[in-house]
Amino acid sequence: MNAFVAILRRDLLLAMRRKSEMLTALFFFMIVVSLFPLGIGPETALLRRIAPGVLWVAALLAAMLSLNRLFAADHQDGTLEQMALSPTPLALLVSGKVLAHWLTAGLPLVLLAPVLGLQFDLSSRALGILMLSLLLGTPLLSLIGAIGAALTLGVRGGGVLLSLLVLPLYIPALIFGAGAVEADMAGLGAGGHLSLLGALLALGLFFAPWATTAALRIALE
Amino acid sequence: MLQAHGLACVRGDRRLFSGVDLSVAPGQWLQVEGANGAGKTSLLRILAGLSPAAEGRIEWEGQPVAEGRDDFHARLLYLGHAPAIKDDLSALENLQTSAAVSGRPLDEATALTALRRIGLKGREDLPSRVLSQGQKRRVALARLLCGQARLWILDEPFVALDVGAVDMLCGILDEHIGRGGMLIFTSHQAVQLQGNGARLELTK
Repeated sequence: MNAFVAILRRDLLLAMRRKSEMLTALFFFMIVVSLFPLGIGPETALLRRIAPGVLWVAALLAAMLSLNRLFAADHQDGTLEQMALSPTPLALLVSGKVLAHWLTAGLPLVLLAPVLGLQFDLSSRALGILMLSLLLGTPLLSLIGAIGAALTLGVRGGGVLLSLLVLPLYIPALIFGAGAVEADMAGLGAGGHLSLLGALLALGLFFAPWATTAALRIALE
Repeated sequence: MLQAHGLACVRGDRRLFSGVDLSVAPGQWLQVEGANGAGKTSLLRILAGLSPAAEGRIEWEGQPVAEGRDDFHARLLYLGHAPAIKDDLSALENLQTSAAVSGRPLDEATALTALRRIGLKGREDLPSRVLSQGQKRRVALARLLCGQARLWILDEPFVALDVGAVDMLCGILDEHIGRGGMLIFTSHQAVQLQGNGARLELTK
């Protein structure tokens, strides 16, 4: 457990020392989302209709921006070897890294989403559901993304390959995440969608670290 | 005691080495030698458990390593080509993090003592990116001073070090062997270590 905390602390410290990387993804999210109301014009009914999808797609892309650095730096400077040789299971250390990635790349999106949602004339109730769906969904994005980042480690042109690999896997999160807000706005209740998103997250929490670990071990050989 | 029998390494369709037998007992050292590309690093990575051997088996204290991996890794300290130093962290933070990851957390006083002994006095809190190559190596080598690992596997530990640092590192290695530790390392330099040592020449 000590090693888990050490990895988490180190990655957060590194993110704090290189704020620009974190802020780039955040500004990307802000700008992409803000382009839609500007492009479409003040048609509130249409904006309300597309808001959940736009916010979720932008969140997927923003969460993906920082993925290719998740393991690449550690691989290059030899830290990954030391992690693989730790008596602490590699899956636990990987979980620490994924948690740090979520705290720096996922959580800011959740906190920023309601502010951006205002541009789409969303009600406060819909904004709440949007935040909740992102809160359940963004950790899943980090978990799935870690598998992709580990699989493309050391591959030339890995960045593009990573998006081709990871984006299709994000589709369930997108459907249930955006669907939750839409269902609530249609008066159907978001409970079902959110439960499914939660189930996906539980599944990801359990299996993604193992899959990531296996991919990392292959990359280290 | 670390023993290996009949190790072979295959990269692509090239066979780097085969039939390598070695054994290192407490208080012994082993220097692996060979031309560039002979497979020295590959051999060390196989021994450390980072890559699988194409053939052969490795035993730690009489047990196959594959069966007691975590136990083996708790007693192993491996320093590879890359120093595993984060440029944005200070020497002290780097040392404390890597110690915690390898399951042996360090308090600040011990870490500072180790860094001072390795010749980084006054540079403990500088970000590592401003350190020279040799100084970065020293940060990595400071780990040798603060673990209780029995087996050290060091890949080219003398690279980028100045004459004084080479002597100091030899002293540290002698101390480790004197305490009954085991050491496997590669180097192109003719190193004079005390104690019971052997050389292993890798040939095709």
